[in-house]
Amino acid sequence: MTIETAPADAPTPAAARAAGRVDGPATQRGVIASEWLKFRSLRSTLLVLAAAVAGMVVFGAVIAYNTRNPAGLDPEDVVASGPLQGYYLGQLLMAALGVLVVSGEYSSGMIRATLAAVPKRLPVLVAKAVVFTAVVGISMVAASVVAFLVAQAVLSGHRPTYSLSDGSTLRVVLGTGVYLTLVGLIGSALAWIVRSTPGALVATLAVILVVPILLELVFPSWGTYIAAYLPTGAGQSFSTSLPIQHALSPWVGLAVMAAWVCAGMTAAAVVLKRRDV
Amino acid sequence: MIASRALTKRYDAKLAVDALSFDVRPGIVTGFLGPNGAGKSTTMRMMLGLDLPTSGSVLINGKRYADHAAPLHEVGALLEARAIHPGRSARNHLLSLALTCGIGKARVDQVLDMVGLTEVAQKRVGGFSLGMGQRLGVAAALLGDPQTLILDEPVNGLDLDGIRWIRALLTRLADEGRTVFLSSHLMSEMAVTADHVVVIGKGRLLRDQPMADFIREAAADSIRVVTPERERLAELLRTSGATITDGSDDALVVAGTTSRDVGDLAAGAGITLWELAPQTGSLEDAYLALTRESLDYQDTAS
Repeated sequence: MTIETAPADAPTPAAARAAGRVDGPATQRGVIASEWLKFRSLRSTLLVLAAAVAGMVVFGAVIAYNTRNPAGLDPEDVVASGPLQGYYLGQLLMAALGVLVVSGEYSSGMIRATLAAVPKRLPVLVAKAVVFTAVVGISMVAASVVAFLVAQAVLSGHRPTYSLSDGSTLRVVLGTGVYLTLVGLIGSALAWIVRSTPGALVATLAVILVVPILLELVFPSWGTYIAAYLPTGAGQSFSTSLPIQHALSPWVGLAVMAAWVCAGMTAAAVVLKRRDV
Repeated sequence: MIASRALTKRYDAKLAVDALSFDVRPGIVTGFLGPNGAGKSTTMRMMLGLDLPTSGSVLINGKRYADHAAPLHEVGALLEARAIHPGRSARNHLLSLALTCGIGKARVDQVLDMVGLTEVAQKRVGGFSLGMGQRLGVAAALLGDPQTLILDEPVNGLDLDGIRWIRALLTRLADEGRTVFLSSHLMSEMAVTADHVVVIGKGRLLRDQPMADFIREAAADSIRVVTPERERLAELLRTSGATITDGSDDALVVAGTTSRDVGDLAAGAGITLWELAPQTGSLEDAYLALTRESLDYQDTAS
């Protein structure tokens, strides 16, 4: 296509001012607004988020439908967190989303424009984490609640159902949404450190899926004690109703998983501040 | 005003930028020249705080770029091709940068219009041609109505219209008293655009002078002489202190003297001259000669 060449009108200061303020300082609030626009203006991020929400709800309904008959069910299907097993898919997608919102900047080269506009750098890391936590947190908690309620509606009249008014059930339903959000933040932190999409994806999946299993296989006697303190183990303490060996109590588990996220983000902040772009 | 002082960048064993000191003054267009791999982009990235200097410093209006409160108003930058996410529309790309320091939609639309991208503002950048991508990069640089412009290879990928447009734009920005610093690896482009030139090779400063001076030096006269007594004249010229720069064909190319002296010398020795022609040196040749060392380096390095 051809573009008509614009006249070489210089952006005279007066003309620039006529279009609003152009000399404002870079603020944390502004950078958050920028990152929110970036998040919602990419088809890929919205698709991944929508797929995770849909996956949680659809899996919830399907699992409920398949477990209507209480006879011969596995324990994980009977408990309150049973219909929330869509989180297996959800955590893969949220890990990918957390990675992508950061690594997409590096793979496209956009990071140079981003950090040239915000040369102090850390406001970008903070803004991405804030936007991700807000958007994904709300979406995943909502998806968990809807998946749970849909499942109870399907189960109703077939076997005893659970209610959100029960404290431990509410904790597990909300906790699943929180867990998925925190998994995504771990993905983001690793993406800041690794800076490539495939590298960060592999690292994130290794941390949340492979390492805990390996640990228990290699050190059968004490591996599970350690695994309880890894992000996934800590996350299970507040996101499943199943009794798990050596599991932390829910609040401690939440604190431990949040600590992992903070540690990851701190490491990310250090390398972001120090490295060349 | 950009002030680079002993600016140095080392990547492992390679010294990419070697103790560069120069000033880029406001009110003129300053060209930054050097062969590919000479360290131009690295220097520009250090100006923007994207790369951290190994030693030395570069200050923009007296401060490190990162220490300015309103970065986009201070410096507008066009980075090497494509610092743009292909999945976003042109307008959203600019808006995402504008939002960081509260620049509004009206200004985004204004710069889109300025670079002639209004019609494709809602299209995803992934489908843009190289030239359109460059225009979008220029639009981003203009967003904050910056006092200083740092443009890495801005004419890259532009068609003739686009090149003329950007020349006019840069000249006008400089006339408004802004600092305009642009890089290129093409001498011919710089000769018509820049008022002042900074030439680097192998990361070192080779020239920092007004373009007019650079051209005058480059055009150092040489003289083409054709004579049947080639060897004898060459010997006489050498003895008189002139340099024979080329004697490969029938003609001698002589530097460091004037055609009048050559004529006198020949007449005194009774040598017939068939041709005596002063020649003007080519700017491109002078630039190539100046940077040849770094070109050789680049060839062996790659």
